[in-house]
Amino acid sequence: MSLALRIIPRLDIKGPNLVKGVHMEGLRVLGKPEKFAKHYYEQGADELLYQDVVASLYGRNSLHDIVSRTAKEIFIPLTVGGGIRTLEDISNILRAGADKVSINTAAINDPELVSSASKMFGASTIVVAIEAIRQLDGHYMAFTDNGRNTTGKEIVSWAKQAEELGAGEILIVSVDQEGTGKGFDLNLAKQVSDEVSVPVVIHGGAGHINDVLELANQVPVSGIAIASLFHHEYIANNRHLEGYDDEGNIEFLKSNRVMSNIEAATIRDLKALLVKHNISCRQNVKVA
Amino acid sequence: MFSIKNAMDMLGFESGVTSDHKEIMSADGAILPGVGSFSEAMKHINAMDLAVPITEFISSGKHFMGICLGLQLLFSESEEFGYTSGLGVIEGKVESLERHDGIRRVPHVGWNSVEKRGSIENNAIASSLEGIASGEYFYFVHSYYVNPVKDCDVYTTTEYRGFEFCSSILSDNVFASQFHPEKSGEAGLKVLRDFFTK
Repeated sequence: MSLALRIIPRLDIKGPNLVKGVHMEGLRVLGKPEKFAKHYYEQGADELLYQDVVASLYGRNSLHDIVSRTAKEIFIPLTVGGGIRTLEDISNILRAGADKVSINTAAINDPELVSSASKMFGASTIVVAIEAIRQLDGHYMAFTDNGRNTTGKEIVSWAKQAEELGAGEILIVSVDQEGTGKGFDLNLAKQVSDEVSVPVVIHGGAGHINDVLELANQVPVSGIAIASLFHHEYIANNRHLEGYDDEGNIEFLKSNRVMSNIEAATIRDLKALLVKHNISCRQNVKVA
Repeated sequence: MFSIKNAMDMLGFESGVTSDHKEIMSADGAILPGVGSFSEAMKHINAMDLAVPITEFISSGKHFMGICLGLQLLFSESEEFGYTSGLGVIEGKVESLERHDGIRRVPHVGWNSVEKRGSIENNAIASSLEGIASGEYFYFVHSYYVNPVKDCDVYTTTEYRGFEFCSSILSDNVFASQFHPEKSGEAGLKVLRDFFTK
């Protein structure tokens, strides 16, 4: 028995809805975040990651209600990111019920924020998220605003800097793989994991539970954040979806289509596979 | 703190957050939480004159639970930033995980399992902690660990990268864990429920 690999469902949130995009464009509404969150909690999710995907663009950070509701019912760690720019933003989201905050754009624009936040709230509360886009020379550059804006920063050196500044955890998002279901970028994961000593969580590309197994086997990451793989399983088995607000693109939901390159799976199935291959996981989670 | 309140609400306990001596003493049970720096916390405890209410409450025999930093604060001293004195309820030191070779990733974050070491003989309180079975997973996030002097104070141990450390203590009416019951799903809620349901 030892430290388990953390399986972390990632929920992208726009207003009141859970959404999903491919390459961070074309957001489709998938349903109500709280329903998905509760399902994942019951399935044995180790943590939850909520990402407000439009906050940075529109300057708003409207997740508080969803966060508070989640915190009252779901007793696993919750990380919240998206549009967090100031110490006050961090304080507010923690008060709403989040355990950790994830900062990307604000951290790159003002690295001092990372150190002040780390001192004020504790390093383990501060996650620095880095959106990585592969370059021709095999390195990766960091982007902000959901992969829209270039920063000129190479990700390994930025990750090391973030660690030095006091980030308690680094979250690496592969913009190239995200939403495609084509598997994780192992090279990216390895590059970062080898160079930093704080926990590293990887997100982007899971299309099949074997992808997760492959990453877990090849790179000693601390956690793996997964979106489409799980969301599509929940949708496929809950066709009677109700209660999504008619905001955003709901055509996908109404169409009952499935994404062909994603072989949807449950958290239970994933963990069963991992354990079968001797990857330490928290299993047999009972829910009252 | 808010998470603990949410958990206690969910479990149906009437609870409040306070630093008032009278309120503390009149409560049926108490929880000392904490995240962050030992020395900062001790500064606040001393500034708010909380050391006496805490130790008095513990002497009353009512159930007292410490969580994470709340476990560490109960100890004699911590090596964070040189040496800082703690509440001295449990004999022992708080030490850094980084002292140990092989632990190259700090803080220790995530779900890890506990092995039950404590004996439940002669301890009526322990029966209320039946819920902690060996092999159960709980959520940890910390860079320091406690090193109790007395073996009998060690209730569970946990292994991180080859290093085994004390993950919870039990001493008379005091139970304190390095892990966060309020973040450990149903397993954690059960610990809270069992400990405070007499």
